[in-house]
Amino acid sequence: MNTASLVTREILHRRWSFVFGTLAVMVSVFCLLGSLAVLESFDRSTENELTEMNAETERILKGHEDEIRKAMKGLGFNIHIYPEEQDLSEIYSKGYGKETMPESYVKKLADSDIVTVNHLLPRLTQMVEWPEGEATVLLFGVRGEEPIAFRGPQRKGELIDPVAAGEIALGYELHHRRNISAGDVIGFRGSEFKVARVHQRRGGIDDITAWVSLSAVQEMLGKPGRINSILALECNCESLDRLGEVTSEIRSILPNTQIIEVESKALARAQARNGAKSLRLREKEKFLEGRENLRQVRAGFANVLVLLVSLLSLVFITYLTASNVRERIHEVGTLCAIGIGFNRVLQVILSRAVLMGALGVIVSLPVLALSVDLFLEADLFDLIGFDFYGWMILVISVPLMSGAAAWLPAFFGARSAPAEILRND
Amino acid sequence: MTEEITLEPVVSAAQLGKTYTDGAGQVVALSGVSLRVNPGEFVAVCGPSGCGKSTLLLILGLLLKADEGVVELSGNDSSLMASSRQAAFRAENLGFVFQDFNLVPYLSVLDNVLVPTLAKPIENASGRAEALLEEMGLAHRQGHLPSELSAGERQRTALVRALLLRPKLILADEPTGNLDRDNADAVLSHLSNYTESGGAVVMATHDHEAMKRAGKRVHLDKGVQVESD
Repeated sequence: MNTASLVTREILHRRWSFVFGTLAVMVSVFCLLGSLAVLESFDRSTENELTEMNAETERILKGHEDEIRKAMKGLGFNIHIYPEEQDLSEIYSKGYGKETMPESYVKKLADSDIVTVNHLLPRLTQMVEWPEGEATVLLFGVRGEEPIAFRGPQRKGELIDPVAAGEIALGYELHHRRNISAGDVIGFRGSEFKVARVHQRRGGIDDITAWVSLSAVQEMLGKPGRINSILALECNCESLDRLGEVTSEIRSILPNTQIIEVESKALARAQARNGAKSLRLREKEKFLEGRENLRQVRAGFANVLVLLVSLLSLVFITYLTASNVRERIHEVGTLCAIGIGFNRVLQVILSRAVLMGALGVIVSLPVLALSVDLFLEADLFDLIGFDFYGWMILVISVPLMSGAAAWLPAFFGARSAPAEILRND
Repeated sequence: MTEEITLEPVVSAAQLGKTYTDGAGQVVALSGVSLRVNPGEFVAVCGPSGCGKSTLLLILGLLLKADEGVVELSGNDSSLMASSRQAAFRAENLGFVFQDFNLVPYLSVLDNVLVPTLAKPIENASGRAEALLEEMGLAHRQGHLPSELSAGERQRTALVRALLLRPKLILADEPTGNLDRDNADAVLSHLSNYTESGGAVVMATHDHEAMKRAGKRVHLDKGVQVESD
């Protein structure tokens, strides 16, 4: 006869309360490890989604990038060259600037060995009154392109003069209201011009624009030899920082200028690419935020559940131990009378609770591993990620907590006065 | 020259007093009770129910502290013993037999008999237990649970448990109280046999047949020792 034998026989004798206590421990361990496994599984599945999302974003962006390279290579792009002192906000608000620069700049540029620009078109623009037509007109002084010297006969198709000397082209609002047709001769600010072209409605500032030869406009505005911008067409660059490349080349020739890019299809594509990128980034951020929120909710719920279930289990073990002590009170009295000391009696009572904890945690692990495999299709031990010491701490701490829950009733049971129990008087 | 041999008493109690306090007030369980038990003596503590017999046995067995008086067990003043020492002393020197047997319900007869070895292991405990069970006519019952035994068998099992560690003193509280005459006689015979082998027995009883078996009787009435013979 030894203590282990006594404890074992007692457990077998009152097996159901031991089974219920063990089940309570199992439920606690299930809740604890189960919630950890579910949270980790959630993290992993959302991490996979995130990886897929990143891969998809990369794929889309790569597609856009290839597309923009192709677009840039095929299409080229257009730029405006303005005097350095020109306030660009004026350009954006009025469509032209008041600052001017020498027309010779065009020639200087054309005579250089510039490679990023194909066509150069000087312009002089100003909003003027048209007394004969009783209208305000955007007057555009234009001329044919300045040929780029070094290209010689291999240069791309030369642009012809848009408007010949003595001729004028009119926007829709200017000719339509006045029944002016191509071929008519009209008076414009004291001079006569033959109407070379009348344009269809464009729905913008072009509808109140009049195009006249550059020299005529310079004379008309009293700005001989001056222009306020150069339009450079079909610029080509290999790099994605095309504006930087072309700006660098132009400013090395015309240092007192500034360059802006005209909206183009390629630019729109670049913007679409950037838009797609930021959209994907926003989607990703939203996903991450949603994931974090959901995780926090789940973690919070799991914490409360684990705490509550553990507490209930401990209370249940306390109750079971108290019931066990009450049932065994004569046995406890007899053991004391026989000469078995307080510590040994306490050990006998507590061993039951400690064994409940030990059996509960040991049985829980394979059952939980099987459940995780079935329902989450994952490996419990991989999901939880405890190392050897982590598992050891769990396996040791659960029986200890179970024993701690049983401590008070066991202590008072072992301390019961045997005389009170055994007295017949 | 005559040599007088003085035996050291197994237990010696002088002027014991005990008062219980409960909701109804104070109850005097014992007052001025003195007792001396020598080895080989069979002492019966007699009196009606509630006269303080069990209280006296519990005090003698170091399970209850007297409010007044002194108890010496084999020359040791019980009041000077710590509770752990008292437990060890009980294991080594005292055996208990109760009216309700107080067997451990989930242990077999043999294991019940061996329970005292948890407190004081002895060599060949099983062999001695089996021999005692044989002697008590319980050899065929040693694998049975207490619930499968008759009252007489249970009490004999309790008696074997008390005898296993060869105590100097057996304290038996109404050992025949739940037994029929034949079983009571058997238990009393075993107790008598034990005293013949040098052990001492103090038995609380109100059974007249049982009283007759004792060599010395202490009569109590309402906690007061009225006579001894």
